[in-house]
Amino acid sequence: MELQMLWFGLWGLLWAVYFMLDGFDLGVGILAPFIGKSEMEKRILINTVGPVWDGNEVWLLAAGGVTFAAFPTTYAYMFSYLYAPLLIILFALIGRGVSFEFRGKVDSDSWRKTWDIALFLGSLVPALLFGVAFGNIFQGLPMDAQGYHGSLLTLLNPYGLLAGSLFLLLFLEHAAIWVSVKTEGELEARARALAAKLWWLLLLAAAGFLVLTAFATKLYINFMSSPACFAVPAAAVIALLGMKMLISGKKSVAAFFSSCVTIVTVTFTGVIGLFPNLIPSSLDPRYSLTAFNSSASQYTLKIMTLVVAIFIPIVIAYQVWTYIIFKHPVTEKDLSDPDSGAY
Amino acid sequence: MDALLLARLQFAITAMFHFLFVPLTLGISIIVAVMETLYVKTGNVQYLKMTKFWGKLFLINFALGVVTGITLEFQFGTNWAEYARYVGDIFGAPLAIEASVAFFLESTFMGIWIFGWKRISKKAHAVAVWMVAAGTSLSALWILTANAWMQHPVGYVINNGRAELVDFAAVALSGYAWSKFLHTVLGGYLVGAFFVMGVSAYHILKNNFLDFFKKSFRIAAAFALMSCLAEVAVGDWHAREVARTQPTKFAAMETIWETRQGAPIYIFAIPDEATERNTMEILPVPNMLSILAEHDPHATVQGLKDFPVSERPPVTLTFVSFRLMVGLTTLFILLSVSGYVFSRKETLEKKTWFLKIMVFSMPLPYLACQLGWLVAEVGRQPWIVYGLMKTSDAVSKNITAGQAAASLAGFAIFYGLLAVADIYLLVKFSKNGPAEEMGHSMPSGRTIPL
Repeated sequence: MELQMLWFGLWGLLWAVYFMLDGFDLGVGILAPFIGKSEMEKRILINTVGPVWDGNEVWLLAAGGVTFAAFPTTYAYMFSYLYAPLLIILFALIGRGVSFEFRGKVDSDSWRKTWDIALFLGSLVPALLFGVAFGNIFQGLPMDAQGYHGSLLTLLNPYGLLAGSLFLLLFLEHAAIWVSVKTEGELEARARALAAKLWWLLLLAAAGFLVLTAFATKLYINFMSSPACFAVPAAAVIALLGMKMLISGKKSVAAFFSSCVTIVTVTFTGVIGLFPNLIPSSLDPRYSLTAFNSSASQYTLKIMTLVVAIFIPIVIAYQVWTYIIFKHPVTEKDLSDPDSGAY
Repeated sequence: MDALLLARLQFAITAMFHFLFVPLTLGISIIVAVMETLYVKTGNVQYLKMTKFWGKLFLINFALGVVTGITLEFQFGTNWAEYARYVGDIFGAPLAIEASVAFFLESTFMGIWIFGWKRISKKAHAVAVWMVAAGTSLSALWILTANAWMQHPVGYVINNGRAELVDFAAVALSGYAWSKFLHTVLGGYLVGAFFVMGVSAYHILKNNFLDFFKKSFRIAAAFALMSCLAEVAVGDWHAREVARTQPTKFAAMETIWETRQGAPIYIFAIPDEATERNTMEILPVPNMLSILAEHDPHATVQGLKDFPVSERPPVTLTFVSFRLMVGLTTLFILLSVSGYVFSRKETLEKKTWFLKIMVFSMPLPYLACQLGWLVAEVGRQPWIVYGLMKTSDAVSKNITAGQAAASLAGFAIFYGLLAVADIYLLVKFSKNGPAEEMGHSMPSGRTIPL
């Protein structure tokens, strides 16, 4: 049974890494129209994530692929139950992905505006809906032997929406800090000021979420039975509070790492609370999809363990290398060089 | 229409649309990598300009290939939940490996390649584009391994009401998978090569940047020639795999109704599914089909009548698609050989008739790829996993026709718009030529007066 536990942990980890990485580039897509005052500033903002967004998004495909390989039954039901939100997320991600490449290719204001809208909506919608989807998973989905008894509107309940707002704010804060790391001068100052303001909203949403979780979900049961697990949400609180101090102290890089820790620990708070469920049933726990009743065979899990043990460290190594190559701030000078390759 | 039909239509449309962009990516990534390698080796700046010009067209196309691929991975869950549940133990693994081995490589190094011109050494930059090309081909390897398993399931047992993996090596090393992989990527290489030859031919005809485009043409022609010749050998291998493992598909490809020894191929035939015979058969090549199937002129080839009607694929569509694909490949061989010879003899710019043919031939390899998919996927029907699971049993139980129709309409409209934008950009930048790379100041958004 250990392999299922390992893969449950990896499943959570892949989602956490996805939120940590794509979180800031989704956030930049949402913030760009608001903190970019000129075309040049908008381009600078887009180019802060230019070299890395694509690699970040692949963590979503990895999370999806791993769900399919390790927990095929969950994969089958999760995506057919969450059909509408998933398709909306996919359309958003398609529009967004293309807009990065297409936006700068034609010198026309209406062309750029079209792709700006695609970038904005394509970033906002997934940020919000991933939160809504996870909020609903934390609560449990109305499913039994007959299948799923809900619709898109069922998902838009108060707790789901609160989770959506929490994710959105986490990503926006993450992005504002990222921009303050990756830009200089006025843009940097504007981003830092925004990060400082947004932080209060994030605190409010996080506090509300922690409290409402006790009423709307069964997540805390696992924590009560093994109190040591409270270290994870405690780390989230510390990282969140530390983030504020670091922003005020103009320690942007440290604040960004703090934000990374916050996102990962928040995700894991949910994942620990869910265990062993991947998707609990809100109607009858017998129909919950768990790491044990929905998993692939031991043989497949062994093969997959071997594959990720070899390849994920390699992936992490070259992705870290990417961040090192592109660690410099993006400036107007970089973008006016036609040989820079910038968007 | 019911949810099943709509789900099938949705998969067909999204997969075929995705496969408009992937083949070009497969081929042109290697051509660009070769050009950049030539630049690093020779230091000749013209190769750098070639890398940048063709790289720009590569990028426009790459973006759509990536984003349209995402929807396919998730469709197995949304529309084909019963399939995903039944085969997930086997089918999920290659998909997960594709993401962790190929997509990461492709996407991460793409970022490095686009933005890294000034940040890393020339050599490292050339390595990055090879990594992208490798990632693209590896991605094809794993997705086609998964697809090959649907065509010819191996290495599994039926257990707990589903197919469970017992031999990963059998799945990963299946002859069907490797012949299919090579057959498909070589098709992609031809798309890339014909794209570069076509655009180059256009500019050679207009006398633009002659040296630049003659060099580009020659690199692409050499690549096309190698791909074509390899494709003939691999196509033969793949056809034998199909004959061995999917007799109904093979019989439909050649519209063979009766089982017989020493079966011929008819150059032209008109199948009639209602009467279970061909209404017209002319120009037979004796024993050819038996040779094709088993490299033995007297081998027995099974006919469609050996199988119940409910287990036969749509014959006419499979047959016509296969015939056209083979015919086009023959044309590609002729064009590639001529292109390479004219290029070597330096007579290319005088052969205006040939250059015109090359411009209009650009869409043909795309067509051949789509026809290949039709043969592979239509020919497998009514099975989603050959001999194991029917397509009609694979669809999600809880999706409604309304949901499937709405998402299908969404895809159709959305993909249509994206295709228009993409084609617009490809045409614009292709026609523009390498003006920017050559240092001519051209306002972007306008075509060069030729």
